[in-house]
Order: sequence, then structure tokens, then C-alpha cells
Amino acid sequence: MSATIAVPNPSVWDRVRTYSPSRRYLPVVATFALFIGMFGAGGIRYEGFTDPQVFLSLLLDNSFLIVLAVGMTFVILSGGIDLSVGSVVALSTMIAAKTLEMGWSPYLSMVTVLVVGTLLGTLMGLLIHYLDIQPFIATLAGLFLARGLTYLISTESIPITDATFTELAFASITLPGGYYTTWTVVVALATVVVAAAVLARTRFGRTVYAVGGNEASAMLMGLRVAAVKVGVYAISGFCAALGGLLFGLYTLSGYSLHAVGMELDAIAAVVIGGTLLTGGRGFVVGSLLGVLVLGTIQTFISFDGTLNSWWTRIVIGALLLVFVVVQRLMTRRQT
Amino acid sequence: MTDTLDRAPAPERGAARPGLAGRLLGHQLLWPVLAIIVMLVIDVIANPSFLDVRIQDGHLYGNVIDIARNSAPVMLVALGMTLVIATRGIDLSVGAVAAIAAAVACTRIVESADEGAASATILASTTALAVCVLLGVWNGFLVSVLGIQPIIATLVLMVAGRGLAMLITDGQITTPTNDTFSNLASGFVLGLPIAFLIALGMVALTAVLTRRTALGMLIEAVGINPDASRLAGVRARTITWTVYVFGAVCAGLAGLIIAANTNSVNANSLGLWIELDAILAVVIGGTALTGGRFSLAGTVVGALLIATLVRTIPSIGIPSEANYLFKAFVVILVCLLQSPRARAALRVRGRRGAQPKAVAA
Repeated sequence: MSATIAVPNPSVWDRVRTYSPSRRYLPVVATFALFIGMFGAGGIRYEGFTDPQVFLSLLLDNSFLIVLAVGMTFVILSGGIDLSVGSVVALSTMIAAKTLEMGWSPYLSMVTVLVVGTLLGTLMGLLIHYLDIQPFIATLAGLFLARGLTYLISTESIPITDATFTELAFASITLPGGYYTTWTVVVALATVVVAAAVLARTRFGRTVYAVGGNEASAMLMGLRVAAVKVGVYAISGFCAALGGLLFGLYTLSGYSLHAVGMELDAIAAVVIGGTLLTGGRGFVVGSLLGVLVLGTIQTFISFDGTLNSWWTRIVIGALLLVFVVVQRLMTRRQT
Repeated sequence: MTDTLDRAPAPERGAARPGLAGRLLGHQLLWPVLAIIVMLVIDVIANPSFLDVRIQDGHLYGNVIDIARNSAPVMLVALGMTLVIATRGIDLSVGAVAAIAAAVACTRIVESADEGAASATILASTTALAVCVLLGVWNGFLVSVLGIQPIIATLVLMVAGRGLAMLITDGQITTPTNDTFSNLASGFVLGLPIAFLIALGMVALTAVLTRRTALGMLIEAVGINPDASRLAGVRARTITWTVYVFGAVCAGLAGLIIAANTNSVNANSLGLWIELDAILAVVIGGTALTGGRFSLAGTVVGALLIATLVRTIPSIGIPSEANYLFKAFVVILVCLLQSPRARAALRVRGRRGAQPKAVAA
């Protein structure tokens, strides 16, 4: 009696045929499909839409939003929300413009911006964790605080004329094929890569998911809930400040009415990217795709020419609705 | 909860009944009212004639009247928000709803056959409020039927709403010329501003409906535990749905008043951040964001406090845009006062200080 039993050896084709992505990747895959579909539809409807430079401009015009969405992803994954990011962007552009006007070194100015943003985020995190203030309310205070500080520095728009800043803003990197991109895009994509690595590969990242999944359980497991809950707001504050610097490079000015409502775009991008708003599930890559989807809507409207800019907001709202409802139906089925 | 814990030990100390002073000190509105008084005192120091009220053409004029008039939009929005928060919800879309209501009303007035007629205003305002009812039904549907978290469900309309308002006004700043409409903001009845009277009227109506009937208790029951209240026979779904409709109608009224104030509607900026002001007013008034308890009087005081703050800042020589900074401190202060953990920390410190006295007694 030979013990050899013919084990059916699945061919490569069988594996491909029966492969279904893990459930947790489904939302990201859906967003990716949406992005490809929208881009394809644009390519069919409008001439020159599929030109790689259009895609590169998409990254360029949304680099600050990508960075904001990365920070927001951390906060939402941990089960919180950060309403202050738009105001922190405005504050960052203002601090950069003002300090440069006062003759500070551009590097010192950048460091100041990043430190202020991180400090503000940390402060909100401390309020949220140690004093049990709802994230919504604590970051609302942050929104008012940052906007108020911006107005206090100046109510007028201050142009950024520093040589290092303008050089950075206009320096383009030539890619093979005659295409070009800028350093802001590189910074934004680097942020995405670092954030993805932190979330997937470090203890901190795993604790973020654990806290978002169930904070009480995470606490009972002995995870460092306090460090993570304060940490995610510090990261979001840092990302908002970095996004503010990129926005300052994009507009070359500091103004107290910059980035009004940008926190909504960031939240929308994260949700469209498939991150669960109750926390615990989602990926940074999804948020990147979410920003790209938002950007594509805008590109669509600018290519079309007959559509008005307000359709952007309506379409974003509709997409948000679809994703929120689908999320709700999916989570309901599981419970 | 914490209030009852605070009050419980009082009789043991021998004070058979809390005196008037005791009741005043224990009242949750003590601090906000004191803050308003302090700000008014600062105003008077900065400008001795600040509190003067003069009568001109049979109307009252003065800074205090202005504060009352300017508090009307926030008071209206906060009124709706109070009930929404009492059911453990939140409505982020009120600013967008206000913009839509103003856009509908203004475009209807401009399009009507006789632009200056009073009937045009009545018709346009009714249409605008009807649209608000629909928007409220939409929010309520997402929250109560689909069971989406309120903050997310109303975020959808918050994002899309201003786009819709722009769609209605075609991206233009619409400026209706209609006396009846502008009277909504600047008119007077019995010497008092109409806007303030509308807001107070809505508050009174809501107070009667919620406190003279069981409705208020039912709303609080839903806020404490939706499932338990449903099992106890409360129509939780209908109540939740209704408060969102009410919130949208209040926001719509506020939008009309704001538009009437400038006789124009800019869909991008009308009612910007009013949802945050309204939430601030509600929180100042002692309504907990965790739901289950609400205070209409508190909301009125909260709205008045914000209006006083906005008026005080320029009068003491700080640029008026800096009011956001002060609002931030108010938010943090109020939250610290309400946060159980911060209160516990304070109480421990207070008890340590009080112990020697207790031993001596």
C-alpha cells in the first residue's frame, strides 16, 4: 500500500482564477478600480486626459492634501477625528511667510513651522487622552486656536519671496520621456511610504489599529494606549504643518483664509480611501488613492469646461455618501 | 450624574435647605452668566457709554440690542443642535443648510414677478424652509434608518451642501431688494429686533413642546440609551428623525436672517463655521455632548455669550478676527469644567485643602 496520495497540484492559472483579495483589502481595491475607471472614462471623453503629465499634475496639485490625508489616516484609524488640520495649514503658511519676512533663515523657518504643528497636535492629544475630552471638541478648539493665531499674526496676505523657497517651488525634476515633477510631490510620496511602513511594520502602527479596533481591549492587553492616542494627534499635527509648508510652496504666500474647509477634503479622501471612520481598519495607500480620486474629479471638471467648479463638492459629497453607506452595510452584515 | 453627586452631601452638613445663594452657586449657568457680566464690565471700562440704550424712531438702539440681534442666528442653530445633541447625535451640516436656505430664498425673491412685494418674501421663505425640511429628512434618514454615525452622516451634506447652494445661485452673489426680507434682520417690533424675537419665539415654542409635554423626556431617553428606550416603547427612530428635521429648519431660519442682514447670499461664506459656534453655545449651556440631557436656557445663554464675546473683542482694541483665539480658550475651559476627570482632579485637590477645616468642625 503506497501512502502516496495524488495531491492535486494547483497550477498557476488555478491560483489566479480562484484568488480573491482578502476582505480587508477590498475597500482599497474598490477605490483603485474607481480611480482607474474615472481616469479611463476621462481618457475616452477628453483628448489628452491619459497623458502621463496629467497624472503628474494631479500629484503636484494635491501634494499637500496627500500629506494631510496621511496624518488624518492615523487619527481616524485610532478611532478619532482631527478637525484642526485646515487651520494648521493656514497657520503654517502664515508662520513661514512671517518669519521669512522678518529675515529668518529658511531652514529655521521650516523647522519652526513643523515644531509648532507637532506641538499643537500633541496638545490636542493630551487633552483628548488625559482629560477625556471628545476628539471632535478638542480639535475644534485646535481649529479655532490655529485660525485665531493666524489672524493675530496678520490679517493680510504675506507673499513668500525667499530665494530658497521659490527655488524649491519652481525646481522641477525631469523624468524620462520629457515629463517633469516637483520636490513637493517627492516629499508627499515619501510621507506616504514612511507612514505605510510605520503602520504595517512597527509596534506603534499595530497599536494604532488595536486602539481603533477596541480601546478597552487594547488597554487590557497592556498596549501603550496613551502613547498611541497622543502620538496620532502629534503625527497629524506634524503632517498638517508639513502640508502647510507644501501649500506655502504651492501658493508662495501666507494667508489667514488659506485652506478653509481643507479638513473636510482630507476626511473625505480618507473615507473614500476605504478607511473605516469608526477606526481600526484602513490603509495609507487607500488615502493616497482617495486624494487622487478627488483630484481626478477636479481635473474632469477643468477638462470639461462646461461644468462649474461647485460640481466638485457635490460629486465628492455623493462619493462620500456611497462609501459611507457601503461601509455601514458591510459592517452590519458582519455583526 | 456629577451634579447629583455634588449636591448629595449638602443636607448632611446641617443646612436643611439650600438657601438662595446656595442654589445660585450650584446652578450650572452660574459661570456662563458671570462670564457675560465680566465681559460687559470690561466693555464699560473700555467704553463708558457701552451700555447706553437710546430710543430712536421708537426703536431701541445700542450695543446691548446689537448683541441680542447678532446672537439670533447662532441661537437658532444652537436650539436645533441642542435637541440633536440630546439624542446623542450631532449635525455638522447646519452651515451648509443655512447657505442652501438663503440661496433658495434669495433666488426666489429675485425671480418673483414683483421683487419688492411682501408676498414674495413670504413665498420664498416658505419654499426655503420646505427645502430645509427635506434636507433634515435626508439627514434623519441616514442616521435613524441606515444607522450611520451622526457625525459622518451629516458630513455628507456638509461637504455637498455648499456645492448645492452654489448650484442654486449659479455661483453668483445674489442680492434681492425687498424691504420685508431685510426686515427679518434689521426690522423692529415693539422696539426689539425682529431677528431676536424670532429666535426667542422658537426657543419658547420648543420649551413648551419639550418641557410641558413628555417629548423632552423622550428625547433624553433616546439620548441615554436608544435601544433601551425603544424596548420601553419609545419611538426612538421617529424622535431621532424629527430632531434632525427640526435642526435643519432652525438652521434654515438662521440662514434667512443672515442673508437678510446683508441683503445678499454668498453660498461660499454664508454661515461658515456656524455649526462650530452652535456646538460651542450648546456646550457652554451645559448640554453634555454625550447626550441624554439638555438645557434650552443654557443654549440661550451660550449664544448670548458668544455674541457678547464677538462684540467685546473689537471694543477693547483687539482685531475682531482674533475672536477665534478666544473661542478656542472658551471651548477648552468649558470642556475642562465638564470633563469628569478634570473635575475629579480638582476635587481631590479641593478636598485636601478642606480637610483641616473638617477636622476642626
